[in-house]
Amino acid sequence: MICDNSEIILSVQDLTAEVDGTQILKGLNLEVKAGEIHAIMGPNGSGKSTFSKVLAGHPDYTVTGGTVTFLGQNLLEMEPEDRARSGVFLAFQYPIEIPGVSNLDFLRVSYNSKRKHQGLDELDAFDFDELVQQKLDVVKMDPAFLSRSVNEGFSGGEKKRNEILQMALLEPKLSILDETDSGLDIDALKIVSNGVNQLTTPENAIILITHYQRLLNYIEPDYVHVMEGGRIVTTGGKELALELEERGYDWVREEEAVGAK
Amino acid sequence: MTIQVSTVSDVRTTNGKAGDRVAYLTELLSLRPPLDCPAAWLQEIRDRAAARVQELSIPSPKDEEWRFTDLSPLLQTHFQTAQPQLAAISSAEIAPFVLPGPAHRMVFVDGVFAPSLSTEPVISTSLIVGNLDAVQQSSLWDQLPNYLAEQRGADEVFTALNSASLRDGAIAWVSQNQTLETPIHLLFISTKAEQASVNHPRGLVIAEPNSHLTVIEEYVSLEQGVYFTNPVTEIWIETNAAVHHTRIQRDAKESFHIGKTAVSQARDSRYTCNAISYGAQLSRHHLEIYQIGEQTETTLNGLTLIAGEQVADTHSAIAFTKPCGTSRQIHKCIVDDHAHAVFNGKIFVPKPAQLTDAGQVSRTLLLSPKARVDTKPQLEITADNVKCAHGATVSQLESDEIFYLQSRGIDEETARRLLTYAFAYDVIREIPIPSLQDTLAQFVREHF
Repeated sequence: MICDNSEIILSVQDLTAEVDGTQILKGLNLEVKAGEIHAIMGPNGSGKSTFSKVLAGHPDYTVTGGTVTFLGQNLLEMEPEDRARSGVFLAFQYPIEIPGVSNLDFLRVSYNSKRKHQGLDELDAFDFDELVQQKLDVVKMDPAFLSRSVNEGFSGGEKKRNEILQMALLEPKLSILDETDSGLDIDALKIVSNGVNQLTTPENAIILITHYQRLLNYIEPDYVHVMEGGRIVTTGGKELALELEERGYDWVREEEAVGAK
Repeated sequence: MTIQVSTVSDVRTTNGKAGDRVAYLTELLSLRPPLDCPAAWLQEIRDRAAARVQELSIPSPKDEEWRFTDLSPLLQTHFQTAQPQLAAISSAEIAPFVLPGPAHRMVFVDGVFAPSLSTEPVISTSLIVGNLDAVQQSSLWDQLPNYLAEQRGADEVFTALNSASLRDGAIAWVSQNQTLETPIHLLFISTKAEQASVNHPRGLVIAEPNSHLTVIEEYVSLEQGVYFTNPVTEIWIETNAAVHHTRIQRDAKESFHIGKTAVSQARDSRYTCNAISYGAQLSRHHLEIYQIGEQTETTLNGLTLIAGEQVADTHSAIAFTKPCGTSRQIHKCIVDDHAHAVFNGKIFVPKPAQLTDAGQVSRTLLLSPKARVDTKPQLEITADNVKCAHGATVSQLESDEIFYLQSRGIDEETARRLLTYAFAYDVIREIPIPSLQDTLAQFVREHF
C-alpha cells in the first residue's frame, strides 16, 4: 500500500556491483517505503538475483559504487548476519540443506540471534516451541517438519514454505523474495503467497523478484520495476506486469534504447 | 590443499635405513610383556607371531601400502613396556567414558584388564563377556584357538607384533539365536607414564548363527602424553548373524595409534562398522572384511576429524569371495590446519563372487588451504556380472551455504561449525548410542 509520508525503509542510489570482475549492477536506483510491495521483473541475466544478494551481503559480490541506506543506516557496511538481525530478510531461490541440524533448532538459533541483537532475552526451547507452533499456520506446515533436518529431503515447495516460515518468525522490516515462486505448482504458490500476504503490514516492505506475472495475481504489488542491464529501466503499476507478460521484454529494451538517444 | 599427490619425492632421507627399521621393530618386540593368563596355546600364538615379526621391518613410504603415511615420528620415539598403576585409577576418572545406559563394559588400562573398572564378567550359556582369565572357566575356552589370531591378514607387521605381545584379551561371545540388547563396551584406556609406553590391546568377538549384538570399541586416554597403542580386534560373524560395531579412536593428541579390525562374515550375515578417528598425532586403521559366505552384507561408515599436524590413515579392504554379496561404504574426512588424511579403500571381487553389489564413496572436507588428503579407491574385479561403483569428492565449505546461515542472523563462525557438523552427520547418526553422538557433536563444536 502506498502512503506518501510513511517511513523510508530502503534507499538505493547509483548502486554498482560486480562478481568475479564482471560488472552486473550498473547504477541501480530504488526507494522502498513502509507498507509497499515492489516487484522486480526482468530477463535472465539482468541482475535481479545479484541485487537481492548484494542487499543481503553475499561475500562473492563486490559493491563498486553507490549507496544503500536501510532505516537510515549504511547497509553496505554491515555483516550479513547483522543485516539479518536488523531486519533484512532474503528468501532464497535455492535454500540449502543442513543435515543433522533440526529445523526447530535452526529456527530457534536464528530467532534468538535477532532477540539478542535487540537486547531481549533469548527464548527457551519451551517458549520458542509455542511461538513456532503459531507461525506454522501461516504456511500450513506440518509440525513434523520441525524435527527434520533443515530442508533435507524437502520438496521444492516445502523448502519455499520453510523460507516463509522463517520470515514469519523473524518479522523483518524488509523481505526480499528471490524467485520464491519459481518451480512451484499452483497449490504451493497459493500457500506461499497467502503466507506472504498475512505477513504484510503497514510497517514493513517487500521486494518480490520474479520471472512470472503469475505470482502477482496472488501478491499484489504497488510498483513493478523492470530490470535490464543492471539497472531499473521502467517502473509502473501492477498493469506493467501484464504488459510484460503479453509483450515480453523486447519492447522495454527498445524504449530504453530510444530514451537513451 | 593437496589431493592425490602421487610422487614419491616426499620420501625423506630421515626415514632411516632399512636396517634401522628392522632394529626398531626388534626393539618393540623385545618390550613384549609376559602373558597375564599363561596357557600353552596362547604362548604358541605369541611365538609364531614373534617369528613372523623377526622376518619384517617397520614399513617405509617406499612400501606401496605406506606411501602416504610416514612412520618417521614413531621411529624417533623409544618406548617402554606399559606398567599401568591400576589401583591409582578411580571409577570417577573413567566416568566420562562410561555409557549412560546399561552395558557390558570391559576396561583395559594400557592393555591390562582392570576388573574394578569393568562390569562383572558374564559366563552363561547364552553370553560370555570377560577377559581371557575369566573365559578360562567356560566351555568357550576350548574353542578359542579356532578364533584367536585366526583371521586372515595376521602376517601384517603390526598385527603380528600385537599377537607376539599378547598378554590378555577382551572376549565377547553370543550364542546362537540370541539377540543381545545390551551393548558390549570395550574401553581401552591409555595412561601417561614417565617414559613413553607401548601397549597392544586385543579384542575377540564371536557372534554365533542367528545372533545379534552391538559392540562399542573405544580408545581413549586419561591425560595427554606420548604412547603407542597397537590394537587388534577380530570379529567372527556366523551364518545369518548381525554385528553392529562402532569403533572410536580418540587417543591423546601426542600418541600413536595403529589398529586393526579383521572381520569374517559367514553366509547371510550382516556387519556394520562406524569407524571414527579423531585422536593421536599419527593414526592408522586397517579395516579388513572377509565375506566368506554368500549373500553377505557389509556396511562401513568412516569418519576422520583431524586438525593441527595430525595424520590419520584408513586402509579398508572388503574381500568378496562368494556370490550375491553387498557392501556399502562411505568414508568422510574433515581436515583442518596442516593435517593430512589418507584413505585407501580396496574392494576385491574375484571370479566366484558374481552378482556382487559394491558401492564406495569417499568425501573430504578441507577446512584450510594447507590441509591435505590422499584418497584412493582400489577396486580389483575379475567377476564379470557385478555392480561396483565408487566416487570421491574433495570440497571446501561453500560460501553460498555459509551465507545462507548468515542471512538468518547466524555469525560466520557458528555457520562454519554447523556446516562442518552437517558434513559429518550422516556418519555420526549411525552411532547407536546418543551420548557418543553428543560427544562427537561437542568435539566438532569445540575444535572446528
